[in-house]
Amino acid sequence: MTRLINKKPSRITRLLLGLLPFIVLIVLYMMASQARLVDNPNDKLLPAMSSFVDAINRMAFEPSRRSGEYLMLADTLASLSRLAMGVGISALIALIVGVANGMVPFVRAPLSPLVTALSLVPPMAILPILFIVFGLGELSKVMLIIIGICPIMIRDLQLRTDALPPEQILKAQTLGASSWQTIIAIVVPQILPKLIEAVRLTLGSAWLFLIAAEAIAATEGLGYRIFLIRRYLAMDVILPYVLWISLLAFVMDWLLRKLSQHAFTWYHTAQGDA
Amino acid sequence: MATPIIQAKDVWKEYGDNVVLERINLSVMEGEFVSIVGASGCGKSTFLNLLLGNESVSRGQLLLNGDILPNEPGPERGIVFQKYSVFPHLSAVQNVMLSDVFAQSPFVSRLFGKEKQQAYTQAMAMLDKVGLSHAAHKYPAELSGGMQQRLAIAQALMKKPKILLLDEPFGALDPGIRKDMHKLVHQLWQEHKLTIFMITHDLSEGFSLGNRLWVFDKHRHDAQHPERFGAQVTYDIPIAKDIQNLSFTEDMKPVIDASVA
Repeated sequence: MTRLINKKPSRITRLLLGLLPFIVLIVLYMMASQARLVDNPNDKLLPAMSSFVDAINRMAFEPSRRSGEYLMLADTLASLSRLAMGVGISALIALIVGVANGMVPFVRAPLSPLVTALSLVPPMAILPILFIVFGLGELSKVMLIIIGICPIMIRDLQLRTDALPPEQILKAQTLGASSWQTIIAIVVPQILPKLIEAVRLTLGSAWLFLIAAEAIAATEGLGYRIFLIRRYLAMDVILPYVLWISLLAFVMDWLLRKLSQHAFTWYHTAQGDA
Repeated sequence: MATPIIQAKDVWKEYGDNVVLERINLSVMEGEFVSIVGASGCGKSTFLNLLLGNESVSRGQLLLNGDILPNEPGPERGIVFQKYSVFPHLSAVQNVMLSDVFAQSPFVSRLFGKEKQQAYTQAMAMLDKVGLSHAAHKYPAELSGGMQQRLAIAQALMKKPKILLLDEPFGALDPGIRKDMHKLVHQLWQEHKLTIFMITHDLSEGFSLGNRLWVFDKHRHDAQHPERFGAQVTYDIPIAKDIQNLSFTEDMKPVIDASVA
């Protein structure tokens, strides 16, 4: 008899097995919701599916009665632009500082201890400082994301740079490369796919800091909306928002993976996952 | 008498108390092919690193064309390592074009138009010489080990180095491919009038390829303190290529085997 560890599901079986837990969760939710609503039709904790549809309709497809905006769209755009700025600036800084730290001992000596120290500061603890220094506008939210993820990305890229085979650096020099040419032609192109990996891994934290900052001080944004609506126990809005945020995060991760596969074919061929 | 291309005058290499090389006195003329054998950890690679400029001597002098060897790698000394010698993010032909790119584009490291075309043509000619023209647009990960080493050699030769350093270049290759590579290296050596230093673990490779064989070994040995004494070149054997001096090889073999083992 085939051992369990050697049995593999077929394509369709795998798909069905993958869907199963989601279906089970949804069914469980519906049963629990039904049970509560029978007891108390005004229960807010586990709204029925129809309430979700209503809430999504109201938030996404009808202009707000107060401001005339489509709230979910406005929230999404506000959050995504903050996230993109925070992550983009972090990635740029991380690329420059990480590679410089990894390649140039005279940059590493002063900068590396500083980055290590900064990465140990809990970002949420200095959020009040950010609000005091940068005000309650966009800048402080973007700064929180940068302070939260940039040191980790720098350290990651520095390690990746260190991990490049020393043979390559020596070889480049025997081909006549200057320090700058070694960095720009040999190191950076090989670090770029690692940068995308670093962004993918830190996106989760970036969302965390974004929502935290929005929860405390904002006038629009996905995190702001959730925390605003919490006062009314509006689970019918909160849950769709959470799902929407998760979906956005998933799509961003997927896009980054596709971008990497498209732009760095050599990397994925070498990794064997093209 | 002509200046030797490489001359070692009483060269020592030490790391703290650990003496790796001691009293190395050698001179190598232009166009020689030196095979280097020796047990693991006996300082062959250290010596090659000294020649590369990756490490510097602790005492003594290492001269390149009569001048002190620069303390960093340079274009007059090409190198091929056992692996990681080619750049995985560049296709084969881009790898070979790299030295031209470095020479002509100091800032953006990219060539355009006529210069690019010219570098491309030269690179293709070099790839053709090492038998890789059919794989010019593949990435190193898509090439076999032997093809990668051919590529590494082609890439190093584009800079027209005087000296080619080979650090166990064929160590990871299949025996059949090795034979082809021997032929290629021998041919390139004569065509480009190179001076080659090649580390190898394969004694027959050392004998058949070079015209000079060095055996690195410790001259004295202190069992209580094995790091007290460094290695020297214990045998410096000229190999007469045209005579096919087989009996000589057979005579020397047990002695050398003993020191290599």
